[in-house]
Amino acid sequence: MSRIDVRKTYKLFIGGQFPRSESGHSYEVLDSRGRFVANAALASRKDARDAVVAARKAFPGWSGRTAYNRGQVVYRIAEVMEDRRPQFVEALRRGEGRTSAAAGKVLDGAIDRLVWYAGWADKLAQVVGNANPVAGPFFNLSTPEPTGVVAVLAPRESSLLGLVSVVAPVIVSGNTVVVTASPDRPLPAVTFAEVLATSDVPAGVVNLLTGSLDRTAATLASHMDVNAIDLTGLAADAEQATALEVEAAANLKRVRRAPAAEPDWSEDPGLDRMTDVLETKTVWHPIGV
Amino acid sequence: MTSTATPTTAAGNDWADVTASESSLRRFLHGLPGVDQVGAEQRAAGLGTRSIKTSAKAFAIDLAISMVDLTTLEGQDTRGKVRALAAKAVRPDPSDPTCPSVAALCVYPDMVATAKAALGTSGVRVASVATAFPSGRAAMDVKLADTREAVAAGADEIDMVIDRGAFLAGHYLQVFEEIAAVRAACARPDGQSAHLKVIMETGELQTYDNVRRVSWLAMMAGAHFIKTSTGKVQPAATLPVTLVMLEAVRDYREQTGRRVGVKPAGGIRSSKDAIKYLVMVNEVAGADWLVPEWFRFGASTLLNDLLMQRTRLATGRYSGPDYFTLD
Repeated sequence: MSRIDVRKTYKLFIGGQFPRSESGHSYEVLDSRGRFVANAALASRKDARDAVVAARKAFPGWSGRTAYNRGQVVYRIAEVMEDRRPQFVEALRRGEGRTSAAAGKVLDGAIDRLVWYAGWADKLAQVVGNANPVAGPFFNLSTPEPTGVVAVLAPRESSLLGLVSVVAPVIVSGNTVVVTASPDRPLPAVTFAEVLATSDVPAGVVNLLTGSLDRTAATLASHMDVNAIDLTGLAADAEQATALEVEAAANLKRVRRAPAAEPDWSEDPGLDRMTDVLETKTVWHPIGV
Repeated sequence: MTSTATPTTAAGNDWADVTASESSLRRFLHGLPGVDQVGAEQRAAGLGTRSIKTSAKAFAIDLAISMVDLTTLEGQDTRGKVRALAAKAVRPDPSDPTCPSVAALCVYPDMVATAKAALGTSGVRVASVATAFPSGRAAMDVKLADTREAVAAGADEIDMVIDRGAFLAGHYLQVFEEIAAVRAACARPDGQSAHLKVIMETGELQTYDNVRRVSWLAMMAGAHFIKTSTGKVQPAATLPVTLVMLEAVRDYREQTGRRVGVKPAGGIRSSKDAIKYLVMVNEVAGADWLVPEWFRFGASTLLNDLLMQRTRLATGRYSGPDYFTLD
């Protein structure tokens, strides 16, 4: 008797749980050659709303941790990813049509990027914060603080390295994130969510939605409890990007605009993905009182 | 669910023979039909699956807001907090004049005067917990003095706690007499009386049968409302417990013609939960219970969620806690 396949159900990741979509909908995920791979959950507006609620709930605890500890947690994600190497390589091979060697290189890049951002956790304040010279007897100190709940539309093409490159800079400074995975290549993202669930990341810090952006992006852009939105996933889709920017204006969200084309993720990322989701707090303190 | 037909010992609406002695009261309460636990839970879960959308949802949210007893029962309450909450009770959403006021503001007895002054003639009532809330462990004269003081300070409604220890030990008559005495203490000099809500603390009653018994006990002793919980004990209000209580008030009215209100309190945090309760009220007790005079929610965080949902319906955007007061 031949053995029956045990197929995996790819689910959402919201508040540390792996729910199916509240709508019950799913969609077919195809590999790079158009063959069926798996069914993934098709997130609905309500899933997006639930994810924002979970992210908001996690924000005080995550942003309240010491920067040093957040760095340790992000580093731990890299450790656990390393442990799942074969699974990621297989997912990249099928999803992005790479050879095993090339997929391994991409995975290295993703893991290294996490380590790189982990190192920034306790250095960011020193680099972008400042003791300002002022014309009076005051200490005047500017420190960066996380902006809150950040919605991120992850890139379409680079389903793992791109995802890590947009999520890590947001959470490392204490923000919590609702990220929509690449609609066509969601499987590495779901595996990444499983890594998050088994590393030390608190529930709700990263929430992952899979499925068409038509359902979730507008809800995230118009949500009054989302403080910033990153439109990277809409590279070369200027029309939809503009529509979301208009929606995002209602509560003056910070918007990271969609690039003209998907960036080369293997390049040095720079600091701006981190600084885009920070608020600067400046404190005046009298001297000698 | 089956009707809780009362045993023949109860003649009409005169409970004198039932409450004449410990043994007759025990016979009556233990003669009430038992609650089918599985059936009650299934019925409650089934009613919770109704889909309430668009205009029905808008109606339900406004109704739920008007039924909220906005509650602050913390050791750290200050006069300032009570005044702030009073302002919120009158105008839950200051940016929208069409938003209804809540039903009442529920505070500790020493805050009644502050609440009364802050609410003025707004129509929002002042409810005060009394009788050594939340444990109910005090001497009888202390409990009565507690009640009289709250009434004298202007409380429109008194939320008393029953002596769960006495009930669980089987001293039903003692519980009955206590409720009746507090009811008498609710009287005002002008001949009127503050409304009495009897808190059963269902989380400590162990079984649905006990919930049904305390419901009848409280109603026979003259309660205007029966209320699930203090909010200090888990589990607080649940749908099945409220179902049993709604059946009790429905059956009590059939028997006696007197109507009694129901107030689930504690643990109701989302609009979705609140709407489930409203569906159940409509289906079990009847539509004429769907008014703030006869059904209340004891809650604090629920109001903000109702307001967020209300804003969502009005604007099409999900709102966030940044736009409502923290309390």
